[in-house]
Amino acid sequence: MNLADLLTKKQAVILERWFQWFLETYPAETARFMREEKNRFANPVGSSVYQGIEGLCQELLQGMELDRVYPLLDPIVRIRAVQDFPPSRAVAFIFALKKVIFEELESEIRGGQISVEELLELESRIDNLALLSFDIYTQCREKVSQIRVEEIKRRSERLLQRANLVVDPSE
Amino acid sequence: MASLPKPDELAGINYNPPRTGWRDTPVEFRRGTYCYGAKPKNLEAVGLPNPRDWSPEDQDWKLPENWKEIILEGLRERLGRFRSLQIFMDACVRCGACADKCHFFIGSGDPRNMPVLRAELLRSVYRRDFTTAGKIFGKLAGARDLTEEVLKEWYYYFFQCTECRRCSVFCPFGIDTAEITILARELLNLVGCNIDWIAAPVANCYRTGNHLGIQPHAFKDMIDFCTEDIEKVTGVKVEPTFNRKGAEVLFITPSGDVFADPGTYTLMGYLMLFHEIGLDYTFSTYASDGGNFGLFTSHEMMKRLNAKMYAEAGRLGVKWILGGECGHMWRVIHQYMGTMNGPADFLEEPVSPITGTRFEHARSTKMIHIAEFTADLIRHNKVKLDPGRNNHLKVTFHDPRNTSRAMGLFEEPRYVLRSVCNHFREMPENTIREQTFCCGSGAGLNTDEYLEMRLRGGFPRANAVRYVHEKYGVNTVACVCAIDRAVLPTLMDYWVPGVGVAGLHELVGNALVMQGENDRTTDLRGNPLHGREEGEDV
Amino acid sequence: MSFFFGVVVPYAALITFFAGLVYRVVKWARAPVPFRIPTTCGQQKSLPWIKASKFDNPSSTAGVVGRIALEALLFRSLFRNTRAEKVSWQGGPKLAYRWEKWLWLAALSFHWSFLIIFLRHLRFFTAPVPSLIRLIDGVDGFLRVGAQGLFITDVLILVAVTYLFLRRVVLPQVRYISLPSDYFPPLLILSLALSGVLMRYFFRVDVTAVKELAMGLVTFHPKVPEGIGVLFYIHLFLVGSLFACFPFSKLVHMAGIFLTPTRNLPNDSRANRHIDPWDYPVKIHPYEMYEQEFGKKMAEAGLPVEKRWM
Repeated sequence: MNLADLLTKKQAVILERWFQWFLETYPAETARFMREEKNRFANPVGSSVYQGIEGLCQELLQGMELDRVYPLLDPIVRIRAVQDFPPSRAVAFIFALKKVIFEELESEIRGGQISVEELLELESRIDNLALLSFDIYTQCREKVSQIRVEEIKRRSERLLQRANLVVDPSE
Repeated sequence: MASLPKPDELAGINYNPPRTGWRDTPVEFRRGTYCYGAKPKNLEAVGLPNPRDWSPEDQDWKLPENWKEIILEGLRERLGRFRSLQIFMDACVRCGACADKCHFFIGSGDPRNMPVLRAELLRSVYRRDFTTAGKIFGKLAGARDLTEEVLKEWYYYFFQCTECRRCSVFCPFGIDTAEITILARELLNLVGCNIDWIAAPVANCYRTGNHLGIQPHAFKDMIDFCTEDIEKVTGVKVEPTFNRKGAEVLFITPSGDVFADPGTYTLMGYLMLFHEIGLDYTFSTYASDGGNFGLFTSHEMMKRLNAKMYAEAGRLGVKWILGGECGHMWRVIHQYMGTMNGPADFLEEPVSPITGTRFEHARSTKMIHIAEFTADLIRHNKVKLDPGRNNHLKVTFHDPRNTSRAMGLFEEPRYVLRSVCNHFREMPENTIREQTFCCGSGAGLNTDEYLEMRLRGGFPRANAVRYVHEKYGVNTVACVCAIDRAVLPTLMDYWVPGVGVAGLHELVGNALVMQGENDRTTDLRGNPLHGREEGEDV
Repeated sequence: MSFFFGVVVPYAALITFFAGLVYRVVKWARAPVPFRIPTTCGQQKSLPWIKASKFDNPSSTAGVVGRIALEALLFRSLFRNTRAEKVSWQGGPKLAYRWEKWLWLAALSFHWSFLIIFLRHLRFFTAPVPSLIRLIDGVDGFLRVGAQGLFITDVLILVAVTYLFLRRVVLPQVRYISLPSDYFPPLLILSLALSGVLMRYFFRVDVTAVKELAMGLVTFHPKVPEGIGVLFYIHLFLVGSLFACFPFSKLVHMAGIFLTPTRNLPNDSRANRHIDPWDYPVKIHPYEMYEQEFGKKMAEAGLPVEKRWM
C-alpha cells in the first residue's frame, strides 16, 4: 500500500485526532462545547475549524492546490489571529498534523512500507501549508490595524469633511 | 514583549491550559483585551468619585483608602433598592443553560465569559458578606473575600459584557446578566474604575448634549451640510429647523447619525422622509444626542443625561417626541425614561399628523420609535416608494440587542424593509429576533483599543451574515442602531469582506419618491443605480 | 430516641422551613422593583395590525400570568434551548439533539415527579384521604410489577436526579461553574428517594404505624408508635434536612421564579408609568446653563435663543 492509500484509509482517524488536538488548545469547558454543539450558528468557532481541517485533510491527498487550500485555511487562521494566542501558537496547528499523521502511520513508516520520497513529499506539503498560514496570519493582523484606523476615521467622517481636512476626489 | 515560549509550547503539542479554578486565576491585562481607564477630567466634569491618572495595566490602581467599605456599602444599598439584584444573587442554580449563549464565550472561548460565571464574580462577594451560609461555610458555599484582585477581575469582565440579555432569554429564572453588569459597573464607578470610552461621552453629553462634544452651531452646520448632499442626489432642498418653539414634534437621534459614516446616510433618509410628508418637527442642539452612556455608568447618570429630552420638549412646547434609530437609547426610553424623568403630562399622546394613528402604546412616555412611525405611514400608503432603487442591495436585517430583548421591536422594521427593498433575506433563526447575536461592541465597548476582543465577540453575528452572504449573495446588513452602524462595518470588513452596513432609513431614503425630484442616478452614497428592472422576491 | 427523630426533627424542620421561607420571601418582596425591565422574547404590542406576542412579550397582567405559568409548569425558557437540529457540520446533514434537551427533560421530570410524590404522601396526613390524592396515587401506580403497584414517579425521580448529578460531575462546562454546595441538594434528594423506594419495595415498614405518627404530627398530638423501623426514621430525617436547608440554599429558586422582575412584569412601560419608590432628584445640566455657555455662538449661527446675545 502506498502513502496515499494509507492516508485515505486513515483519513477519518487523522481528522478526528487533528480536531481533538485543536480543541485542546482551549480550556476543557470550552473544548467540549466546541465539539458537541452541532449547530454551526451556535458554535461558529468549532464548525469553521472543523470544516476547514476536513477540507485540508482531503487536499492532502489531492495535491494541495493553492487556490483550493486558501479558502479552507483562511477561516481558521482568521479566528486564531484575533483570539488569545501568540503568533507561534496561532499557527501551530499545522505542525500538529505532522505529529498526528506520523503517530498514526508509525508502524508502516518503521516497517518501510512508505518510501522516503513519499514522506518528503508529504512533509513539504504540510510545510507549504504552514508557510501559507503564516501569510494569512500576517494579512489578518494587518487587516486589524487597518480597520482600526478606518473605524476612527468613519467615526468623525463628516467633521473632517466639514473642516476641509479631507478631499473628495470627485470635486 | 512577552517572555519566550518554551519549545514544547511553541510546537503547541500537548499544550494544556493551566488547570486552576476560576476563583484562583487572576486576570491579565493585555493590550487589545481591555479598555483604557477613565481620564480624571472626564470624571471631574460630572462629579464622579476618585478622578486620577491610572491604567488597568498598573499594579496600583490608586483606589481610595476605604475602597472596600465603599463597595460593600454600595452593594448593601443596592440590594435594598433592587429586588432584581437580590433574586439574581440568590436564585441561580448553576444549571448551565446560559453558559454557551454569550457571544464573548462563543467567540473567545474564555470560560469565565459564561454568563453564570460573570454573575458569580459578584455573587461570591455577596455570599461572603450578606448570606448566613456564606459567612459560615465560606468557600464551600461559594463565598470569597473582596480583594483588589477581585476588583480587577470585575473591571475586566464587567467591561467585557455588552449587556445584551441573550442569556436572560434562556435562563429559567430570568436572571439578567445585563442587570448584574449594570449594577456591578455602578459599584466600580464608586471607586473611580470606569473606562474612558464611557466616561468621555458622558462628560461631553452632559455639557454639550452629545457624545462628541459638538457645539450647537457646529451641530446645525453638520445637518445643513447634509441637506446639501440630499440636494445633490435628489434635487430637492430639505429645510430642517433647530430649537424651534411650537413645532409639533421634537426629533432626537443618536449623534452618530450626524457625524459618523454610514450613519449620515440614515440621517439623510430621515430628513427626506420628514420633508416629503411635511412633518412639523424640530431638532434640538441641547438634546442633540439620543444615545445615553449613562446607562453604562449608573442609574443616576442615566437619569441625569436623559433629563434633557423631556426638559427640551417642555421648553419648546412640542406635542410629542420622535426617536431615531438607536439601540441603547431605546432601552433607556422604553424601560427607564417614563419612570425616571416622567410623568410627561405636558406632552400629548403621540398621534401621527399624517395618518391620524394614535400610538396608544406610548401614551405615557409620549415618545415613539421611527420604525413604528414609518411602518404606520407605509401601511396607510402615505409615501410613494420605489423599492427598485435598492435592487443593487441584497439585504439582511440585524436585530439590535436592546430593541429586541428590552422592547420587542421586530416586525416594524421588517415591514418597512420589505416595503423599500426587493431583496430581503433573514439570517438563521437562532441568530435573529430575541435570539439575536450582539455586535460585540455595545454597552460602551466600541472603542478601538478593544478591537480584538470586539472581533471575537462579534464573530457569532458575522458568522451568520457570512452564511447568507455565501448562500444568497447578501451584500448589506440593515440595522436600526447607531452603534451597529459604527462597528458592523469593521466587523464585516474582517470577517465577511464585501458586505456593507446601512441604517433602515437610508434604504427608505433610497426608495422614497419625492415631489419635484430629479431622475435619480445614484443612491444616497453616490453609488450608481443599476438593475432598475422590477426585482423579483428572492 | 424515636421521639427525637419522629417528633422533634419534623417539627424543627418545618418551623425552620416556614420561618426561613417567609424571611426570605419577605426580604425579597421588601426590596422594591424600581424599573420595569422585562426581558422581551417576542413582538411588542405597538400598532394594531402587527400581531403581538402574548406570552413571550406580555402587555397585560393576563399575559404575565400566562408567561409565569409557562415558566413554572413547563420551564419555557429552558425549553428554548431545545431544538432538533438539521444543520450539522460534522459528517453531513443529520439530526442532532443538543444536550440542553436532556437538561430540560430531566429538570421537568424531576420537578413534576417530586411534586406528585409530595402529593401522594399527603395520604399519610389526611383521614379520610381526599379522592384527588387517591386518583393521583392510582394513576401514578397503574403499572403492576408482580403483586405490587410500581410508581412511575419513583423511577423518574431516581433517573432524573442521577442524571442531574452526573451531569454536574461529568460535563467539564458544568463542573467548572459548580460550587461545592451544588452537589449537596441532588445527593440529598437522591438519598431521600432511595430510602423511600427501599421502604416501599424492599424493606416494608409498618404503614399503619407511620400513618399514626403522621396524623399525630398534623393534629398536634404527637405520639410515637412502636416498631416503625429505622429506615423510616432515616427517610424522615432526610426530609427534615431538605426542608430545613431549603430557605438558605439555592433551593429557594422555587420562590424566585415568581418574583423575578424580568419575567413577572408586563412590557407596557411606555403606556403606563412605572413608579420608582426611591426616586430622588439628581443634578442636571439645565438649558439655561447650556445657553449661558454657547448662547453667543448659537445666536451667530441663527439658532433661536432665549436671551439677547448680540
